Amino acid sequence: MANVQEHIARLFPEATFEEGEWLLVNIPDAKWHSLAKTLKEDPELDFDYLVALVGMDWTETLGVMYYFTSTHLGHHVSVRVATDNREKPMLHSISDLWHVANLYEREVYDYFGIIFINHPDMRRLFLRNDWVGYPLRKDYDDSPEVNPVRLDHEAVDDVTYTYVEKPDGSVVKEKRTVFAPEDFVVNIGPQHPATHGVLRFRTAVDGETIKKIDLYLGYIHRGIEKLCEGLGYMQTLHFTDRLDYLSAQQNRHCLCLCIEKAMGLEVPRRAEVIRVMMDELMRISSHLLFMGTFCMDLGATTMLFYTLRERERILDIFEKTCGARMTFNYHCIGGVLEDLDKDFVADVKALLEVMPKAIKEYDTIFTGNVIAHNRMDGVGVLSKEDVISYGATGPVGRASGWACDVRKTAPYGIYSELDFDEITLPEGDSMARYLVRVEEIKQSCRILEQLVDNIPEGDICAKVPKVIKLPEGHWFQQVEASRGAFGVYIESHGDQKPWRVKFNSPCMNLAGIVPHAAEGGKIADLITIGGTFDYVVPDIDR
Amino acid sequence: MLELSHGAEWLDQWLLSWCAPWVAVTIECVLIGVLLLLAYSVLALFYIYFERKVCAAFQCRRGPNRVGPWGVLQSVADMFKILIKELISLNHIDKFLFALAPYLVILASMLCFSMLPWGSGVQIVDFNIGIFFLLAVSSIGVLGILLAGWSSNNKFTLIGALRSGAQMVSYELSLGLSVITMVAFAGTMSISEMCRMQSEGMWFIFSGHLPAIIAFVIFIIAGTAETNRGPFDLPEAESELTAGYHTEYSGIHFGFFYLAEYLNLFIVSGVAALLFFGGWAPLHIPGWDAFNGVMDWIPSTIWFIAKAIIISFIIIWFKWTFPRLRIDQLLALEWKYLLPINLVNLVLMVLVVCYGLHF
Amino acid sequence: MEVTAQGMPYADFKDNEYIESLVSELRANGTNVVVGSLDKLINWGRSNSIWPLTFATSCCGIEFIALGAARFDMARFGWEVARASPRQADFMMVAGTIVHRMAPVVRRLYDQLAEPKYVIACGGCAISGGPFKNSYHVVKGVGDVIPVDVYVPGCPPRPEAMIYGIMQLSRKIKVEKFFGGVNRQQKRSEFLAARDAAAALVKEGVEQEEGMSK
Repeated sequence: MANVQEHIARLFPEATFEEGEWLLVNIPDAKWHSLAKTLKEDPELDFDYLVALVGMDWTETLGVMYYFTSTHLGHHVSVRVATDNREKPMLHSISDLWHVANLYEREVYDYFGIIFINHPDMRRLFLRNDWVGYPLRKDYDDSPEVNPVRLDHEAVDDVTYTYVEKPDGSVVKEKRTVFAPEDFVVNIGPQHPATHGVLRFRTAVDGETIKKIDLYLGYIHRGIEKLCEGLGYMQTLHFTDRLDYLSAQQNRHCLCLCIEKAMGLEVPRRAEVIRVMMDELMRISSHLLFMGTFCMDLGATTMLFYTLRERERILDIFEKTCGARMTFNYHCIGGVLEDLDKDFVADVKALLEVMPKAIKEYDTIFTGNVIAHNRMDGVGVLSKEDVISYGATGPVGRASGWACDVRKTAPYGIYSELDFDEITLPEGDSMARYLVRVEEIKQSCRILEQLVDNIPEGDICAKVPKVIKLPEGHWFQQVEASRGAFGVYIESHGDQKPWRVKFNSPCMNLAGIVPHAAEGGKIADLITIGGTFDYVVPDIDR
Repeated sequence: MLELSHGAEWLDQWLLSWCAPWVAVTIECVLIGVLLLLAYSVLALFYIYFERKVCAAFQCRRGPNRVGPWGVLQSVADMFKILIKELISLNHIDKFLFALAPYLVILASMLCFSMLPWGSGVQIVDFNIGIFFLLAVSSIGVLGILLAGWSSNNKFTLIGALRSGAQMVSYELSLGLSVITMVAFAGTMSISEMCRMQSEGMWFIFSGHLPAIIAFVIFIIAGTAETNRGPFDLPEAESELTAGYHTEYSGIHFGFFYLAEYLNLFIVSGVAALLFFGGWAPLHIPGWDAFNGVMDWIPSTIWFIAKAIIISFIIIWFKWTFPRLRIDQLLALEWKYLLPINLVNLVLMVLVVCYGLHF
Repeated sequence: MEVTAQGMPYADFKDNEYIESLVSELRANGTNVVVGSLDKLINWGRSNSIWPLTFATSCCGIEFIALGAARFDMARFGWEVARASPRQADFMMVAGTIVHRMAPVVRRLYDQLAEPKYVIACGGCAISGGPFKNSYHVVKGVGDVIPVDVYVPGCPPRPEAMIYGIMQLSRKIKVEKFFGGVNRQQKRSEFLAARDAAAALVKEGVEQEEGMSK
């Protein structure tokens, strides 16, 4: 870390540094783009993965926190850039360096009104284009009179704006068209069986071939991050279950970890083991649902019923302990809420017995099928550089050969003690993404096998004060959710309520890479690609 | 032996005994028309129920079991509902073509339906180019689908219709060629003649051995594609095009498409039964006279329907097992594989017939 | 697998004050025998064949998938014919949060459904906004946007609750009158005239406002 600091300090004398869990660099906006370029391209720094980009409102200033990681060298850095112009805040865009920044910056623009200079497409991301105000600013007026429920359809924007910096330093607003008038634009979504929720692709097609995809988000944007700012830390927990409801346990684990880290809380061993077991059960159930719905997208409906059969078993296990089939509210700050059900061990063992047979059955029905191979082999190929640049973690990244499993790269909980493999495949096509998930089910079973007989006795929850106050500071924590690295950023100003909570969801990056993967393919390939990315739309929109 | 033909003859004579021939013919035609419509709708309802039950069985489910005993009235309830469902009138569409399309589809399948050999002597129209006529009228269906997609003024329906046009026109070729193969073998295009030959000798799939089996496999594949069923259900691929070419249709117009889809399944299976499995001809094994005698006691109508349903079962089995093809793979399958194989098979069949290599 | 959960007592299931009062209201004026029996036939058909629109926004949608799967198997009741096109569906299960951006889309989907059409608001979010009630971007209940027939609470509701909800809908349909005058159709010309009048009013209002601001 010192190395990185020295290196940056030598090149950018105006940068100031703060020590923390990740080295924090403060840089004025004028130098920011050249620093970003150095971070990316300097072989000694080589920060090729933009982990998170958090828009911030510090009342006097608006700004952005960036989190970078180098996938080759393994070091981290965070950067803070701020502007004190609240009327027309402008920062430089880094979307030309990291593709993932494209959607992130639009999100920040949507939330805070920060305009990114040289960003190719400065439209709102989640909110309607006629929305008034920027909701995550602290001075936002959220009275329903300002933004009533409008039943008229928003104007279709075929035009977008970009703010281009001229050589003399002035910034000019330029108009760009999204679709040409002669394009045949098909609306896929928001209500469409294949988008797995309310995602919308405006797709320009030439016959069956896809020419261009324009992504529309926000059809289930629930404003969770703003809601968290008005609630105590305990109360924010339940939102994580409803973000990506298919990795509810992991998401909640992440938020708990982040708060525990800020509090300096030690979690009892029994709770740690239970958490990991729940996470892995959740992962299996999520991947099973993926297999089912993906095969249904491809037209093999029957697979869904076979995978859901096994999923129901897992839901039974959850139900006995947590009391719900979904949205469990199980992890809590300091441990878990309830002790395990008395049948838990027996049920998990029964599940572990069934799973290998079930996977064999799936392989017979679907994986070996000739049509399935034709539909998936070589469809939507992503290179390793692509997935890193687009920040597509999880099974998608690993199917392109990027070892990005947070359980291995930054182990949390008891994962460092466990024996399991990180599955990576070199192909990067849809088939690889499918196979990675099948293999991950097996690995999760392996983890469960190691733990099921070794659940230690003891407390399930540490002693936690009734009212939780975090010290001043900011924390960032990631876990490996079912769909990739799920991150939580908390900034506290010492109150009972967080100043800012940001959920860095894996699915948004996955949605962002869809246009890149699907352009040039057929409409049917878009379905395959969307299916293998397996995004959950509420996790994208939050 | 109880056969429908006796009843038909008796009716004909009874009518002629008290009225002029033209009146008798008119009455008979109306009667047959009504019977046909009735049979059509009852079969369609049965097929909808049948598919839902079969699919449930494949998926470890129960399937409809609440409406009527074992849920048999489920599709009747569906029919009542769909009959009185609103027909939404749309703006910005070609109203005439939009309304015409479902009737064209149902007309095509009705005409095919009327050509099927229902039993020994029970055939509505029997003329010397019967199978040719059947192929010809079945092509009207694609017109209806294209019109439906075009006139709806909706992008999904348009893509669905274009897909379906490409698909049905291509697969008609294979369908036609495999039928020609069997016509070359039978030496006749008359449907009743084909059935008679098979009832006297062996079923064509046995007597025609290798080329007949190849033709059968191709026929089933092409037939599945022709009826727009999975794995060839691209024109109405739910996960891609919402509901394909009939996205904009509601009420009974949609009901027509729905009925025609299931009936086409029956027709394709029926034609397969006719060409390869003897039509209404009972199963005869040479030498087993007692067995053959028992088989002869089963009425020929039941033979035909049972064969058609068994073949439909196989087609339904495809649908619930295989994933869907992509449009380019679909066309590649037809033009690069099925068509050449079919042509070679035709030559093979001609050789078999010329040299008398069949049983 | 053994199901250990206690089912709803049959007496409770039968106990349905709301529908009973609806029936008595409808029957107050008596019915013609022919019309009444035709109505019965139609209602039998309608209530036994309710096809859902495949529409889900969030968690409840996954439970809806589970409802279709083998354990709960909504096919038993004939509800498995999920149509992707709203023109062919009978009811819309609003399964999940409806946000501001989605509201016009939901409205349009509802308008696209062919009569008779029904709506089930499924889950806390669709009923009132649920856990996200205080959010700036969430509609406080889908009832603000479209008329709702049945509310199914839960977060998400269990599939059993959904089955009960759809069965309630089915019972509600059973007491409808098709010929009895409940289903009146507005003439197209009337509808257009009303729409134009409304548009004129709005325009007037806008002009007035503009005049005031000047």
